[in-house]
Amino acid sequence: MDIEGIGHHISRQYNEELEDIRSKVMAMGGLVEQQLSNSIIALEESNRDLADSVIATDYKVNSLEVEIDEECVQILARRQPAAGDLRLIMTVIKTITDLERIGDEAERISKMSLALQMSDNIRSSLSAIGHMGNHVRIMVHDALDAFARMDAEAALKVWHEDRKVDKEYEGIMRQLMTYMMEDPRSIPHVLDLLWSVRALERIGDRATNICEYVMYLVKGKDVRHTSPEQMEREILGLR
Amino acid sequence: MSENTSNSPQAFESNLPKSEDVCIEVRDLRLYYSENEALHGINLDIPKHKVSAFIGPSGCGKSTLLRCFNRMNDLVDNVRIEGSIAIDNNNIYNPKVNVADLRRRVGMVFQKPNPFPKSIYENVAYGLRIQGVNNRRRLDEAVEKALKGAALWDEVKDRLNQSAMGLSGGQQQRLVIARAIAIEPEVLLLDEPASALDPLSTLKIEELIYELKDTYTILIVTHNMQQAARVSDYTAFLYMGDLIEFDETNTIFTNPAKKKTEDYITGRYG
Repeated sequence: MDIEGIGHHISRQYNEELEDIRSKVMAMGGLVEQQLSNSIIALEESNRDLADSVIATDYKVNSLEVEIDEECVQILARRQPAAGDLRLIMTVIKTITDLERIGDEAERISKMSLALQMSDNIRSSLSAIGHMGNHVRIMVHDALDAFARMDAEAALKVWHEDRKVDKEYEGIMRQLMTYMMEDPRSIPHVLDLLWSVRALERIGDRATNICEYVMYLVKGKDVRHTSPEQMEREILGLR
Repeated sequence: MSENTSNSPQAFESNLPKSEDVCIEVRDLRLYYSENEALHGINLDIPKHKVSAFIGPSGCGKSTLLRCFNRMNDLVDNVRIEGSIAIDNNNIYNPKVNVADLRRRVGMVFQKPNPFPKSIYENVAYGLRIQGVNNRRRLDEAVEKALKGAALWDEVKDRLNQSAMGLSGGQQQRLVIARAIAIEPEVLLLDEPASALDPLSTLKIEELIYELKDTYTILIVTHNMQQAARVSDYTAFLYMGDLIEFDETNTIFTNPAKKKTEDYITGRYG
């Protein structure tokens, strides 16, 4: 199902309602991506103003979630969508839940960065965390891009990225544990940082969730909780 | 009913899961109105004791196809039919088939309720009387059973001898269904059975369909796609005389295989 392949509804109003929802999801996605990006910079550069602005902006993400949810409920009630339209609405409802949680994680990272006390150890791990953060941010971006273009193969590609993020996460965890063993007094600060890393790892998981919804939207196959091999068979049509 | 068509020459891979018993086999069915081909070679296996819905735009052939199952098209001038329809392995288009007997086995209900201008009781007993049943007790039992089966008994049991014309539209439609099931058919054909009814009467008919499928194989033509989604186990989408897709209703309404089906059920064009 490519975007050009979708004809228009006989009801122009219905078309506009669905288009409106799609563009609101993209706007919400853009905002969440920005929040995530800012929270990573705030952490890396100890930029308190930026961290404050992320915390202050989270309500916008929340209100977009509520607004889009409401529009979806109205479409379900009034239009009884079927087939591709139904899958779109289901995908949107699930996607915005994950986007809102990603927004919460960004807010959490910003709060941690405000509380963070710098030490040499912490400073030295920040660049690895920044790298992982950027990786995760790109995953979120590409997952939303796959949604916008309704591209199941792109979604599958992003989905595979999560394994690399998990590797980075493990590496950073090992490093942080070493610091804690070396200097037990640093444990409280390192733990703060560890929660941020954990938040980034969770964001990667949420990006893969969005990818799974996109694969469902495009192919009509629920690939959640299946093996990577089965997912490839369903999405790429391999035997 | 004699000729066995299970070894029919057409190779056709059944569209049904193996777990389903097949009730009706349609093979390469073509129907012509004079020279116009209205059905272009339909192949279809219809499962037993399930509800199968036929959907499609006006003129796609769904009612025409439905009327093939009890040979109602025989009554239309200049209609010619090729191919075969086998109900329980008996080709109903075999010349030896007794059409009156076929229509007893395959009951039909139309869009507009068409009760006879008789009492409620006599409407339901009509088919049995034609079959020569006149024993009062047997008739009483059959009428009560049919009216209960059609979920109408409680509403009419105290006025069985009043005219059926005094019933509401929804009640009349259920009465017609009672009349159809009184003679214990195997298959029920419903041609837009609820399109002339209000939403509550429609729900009663849909509830009834759900209950009847344990006993009968039900085929329903409907313009209301949500109705097809609600009541049917399987859905066939027809377009301009072709069967585009036949699959489980859940699949048709969430992930149809054909783009034409998708466009139709989501209300798209082009």
